[in-house]
Amino acid sequence: MSSDEPVRAISVTVNGTVHRREVAERKNLADFLRQDLQLTGTHVGCEHGVCGACTVLVDGVSARGCLMLAVQADGCSVETVESLAGDAPGPSGLGPLQQAFRDRHALQCGFCTPGILMSLTELLRDDPAPDEHAVRLVLSGHLCRCTGYQNIVAAALQAASKAGGGS
Amino acid sequence: MKAPPFRYHAPRTLDEALSLLASLPGPRLLAGGQSLMPMLNFRLLAPEHVVDLNRVEGLSGIREAGGEIVFGAMTRQREIEFSPLVEARLPLLAEAIQWVGHRQTRNRGTLGGSLCHLDPSAEQPTVAMAMDATLAIVGPAGRRELPMRDFALDLMTPALDEGEILAEVRIRPWAPGHGWAFLEFARRHGDYAIVAVAVLLELDASARASRVSITLGGVAATPVRVPEAEARLLGSLIDAEAIADAAACCGAVDALGDPQVPAWYRQRLARTLAGRAIPAALARTAAHAAAGGTP
Ligand code: FES
Ligand code: FES
Repeated sequence: MSSDEPVRAISVTVNGTVHRREVAERKNLADFLRQDLQLTGTHVGCEHGVCGACTVLVDGVSARGCLMLAVQADGCSVETVESLAGDAPGPSGLGPLQQAFRDRHALQCGFCTPGILMSLTELLRDDPAPDEHAVRLVLSGHLCRCTGYQNIVAAALQAASKAGGGS
Repeated sequence: MKAPPFRYHAPRTLDEALSLLASLPGPRLLAGGQSLMPMLNFRLLAPEHVVDLNRVEGLSGIREAGGEIVFGAMTRQREIEFSPLVEARLPLLAEAIQWVGHRQTRNRGTLGGSLCHLDPSAEQPTVAMAMDATLAIVGPAGRRELPMRDFALDLMTPALDEGEILAEVRIRPWAPGHGWAFLEFARRHGDYAIVAVAVLLELDASARASRVSITLGGVAATPVRVPEAEARLLGSLIDAEAIADAAACCGAVDALGDPQVPAWYRQRLARTLAGRAIPAALARTAAHAAAGGTP
């Protein structure tokens, strides 16, 4: 970034904390989270909206962090994968969805995982007991080159049944 | 890659947006960003100025007025997907929107953005063409209105002059009891269609088609109506022969070819999908359902 890069002051709430920063106008939200806020849980893959690795929640709904400018998030509330873990250190600090991913071996390299976790977080908030089809539709917005998706579906359904207390 | 440098502007009113467009050199309008942002990130475009419409007041929302459903151009695909008004009055659009990208892109992508980007295989322009949508455009010379067929000039070329903004899209619902179907084929769900077909049908008391709209997306440079197919069904009973004839008309439309999808393949798809969409629309007409569901 050159020094004469146009910047703009923004205020963004990320995982409940308000951040005020000057940010390059052309910088996308995912890069802002990673580079300016050091929240490197959000990954950047294709940078054109296809892979889903950069997916975060903006004002409660999923969005591609690479297809939104950081300046557009001014005044918004953003949730990233860092918000999913509990307070306890170590594996016991995983949130229920993350724990289900661990139990079901729903990740290998983990590159796609943060984005998928955020999309599934949105799904489970809207519909605490989604069927397999609903899970697969949400996953269609993500690419995973490792798992073959089956275990991700299983993990999402496990998390759903735990949360809903159903079968 | 990363977007090239540009100056960013976030007007709050349409007037402010229009005066920015009039005064800045080489501005680009940013709507939902689901097409423009990839083009910036690929550096296919390097505008000096980006004018963001996301904070302009009054540019989004869905309402009914004068017998039409009126969409602000910045209405997001998500709002359309969950709109009871769209579901009740514009079932073709409600069905088509399910094919647009993914949850994560529909949350930001807009109707107006898609119409102005005018990808030949995008679903929303195909529906706008099928339903003869009216587009309201504002610019330095005031407000003008265009039907979709005059708006879609050519490949990704909308009839927008410099300094103009698409403000509103109006769609007149078909009569209660009409039939509809939107079908497409893509390699993966959420990809742009290779071919999409939209069919609308109204039947008269004798079960003959009294109104027909058949539109292909992805076949030509813009979505196209197929007047020969519409004429074949109009005034006829929609039997197997009529369906096959109309589908054959769809398969005869001049098609684009590229190394991955040759023209003959698009034509075959158009014929096959039309052959499925017409009976699907027929089955949804109230007259057909009342007759016990047999053709
Ligand atoms: S990095 Fe945003 S979708 Fe791939
Ligand atoms: S776990 Fe490697 S890409 Fe999904």
